[in-house]
Amino acid sequence: MTTPFSSMVLVLAASFIGSFGAVSLKAGADRLPPGILHLFRSWRIALGVALFLFSSVFYLWGLKHGSLTVLYPLVSLGYVWTLFWSRLFFREPFNRFKVLGLALILVGVLFIGLGNR
Amino acid sequence: MIQSAPVTVPTRAAPEHAPPTAGRANRPTEIRSIGLVFLCTLVGAAAQILMKYGTGRLPANPGLAALALNLPLVAGFACYAVNTVLLVLALRRGHLSVLYPIIALTYVWVTILSPRIFHDPVNALKAVGVGLIVIGVSMIGAGSRA
Repeated sequence: MTTPFSSMVLVLAASFIGSFGAVSLKAGADRLPPGILHLFRSWRIALGVALFLFSSVFYLWGLKHGSLTVLYPLVSLGYVWTLFWSRLFFREPFNRFKVLGLALILVGVLFIGLGNR
Repeated sequence: MIQSAPVTVPTRAAPEHAPPTAGRANRPTEIRSIGLVFLCTLVGAAAQILMKYGTGRLPANPGLAALALNLPLVAGFACYAVNTVLLVLALRRGHLSVLYPIIALTYVWVTILSPRIFHDPVNALKAVGVGLIVIGVSMIGAGSRA
């Protein structure tokens, strides 16, 4: 099964949008006062959820055509974007564990995609 | 005796809706947060399996009623909601760059469970993939405690 370029772009867009969802959730979580109910009153968290939903539309749209072998690893690129955003927006340190661990995760997802063929 | 114990609570007393101070945002990731994301991956796997099970039982052109009355599908959505709440609770006390990649464990649970539930074939590629993800996630987790 060949994967159309448009499917790859859609799934890549999904991973990109989803990574901003994670950033918005983190920004919301950092500002939450104690108490679980505040979670439902934070616009940053609402925005994060909206971005996740929005990204899943692109994801499902992309997955309609194309093979999981190609598309699965593209989804997991969201972890890479998030690593960059966490440094840029939250000044979290890079370390070799994060970089190497993330590389292993990406290869692992690639293998699961290959196994699902 | 209890009062003399070193308790660190000032972060909890931070002013509401104040931007995160460098101190609060950059504290190392707590074990509790890692546990919450771990739980998040189990709930996330349950969500995916329930939704796959639910969509498999839908008629060819489901109406809104068929979707709303499909219990596994509704339960799957509910799991996603719980999933998000757990993730936010975890993110309050930890680094995004540590906690977010742990979500990849969802792939592991789904890959282990779907042969049992949907009779998906098992193969070496999937097993290697599961192993690599587990090692990768453990490495990120261990690195955050170092």
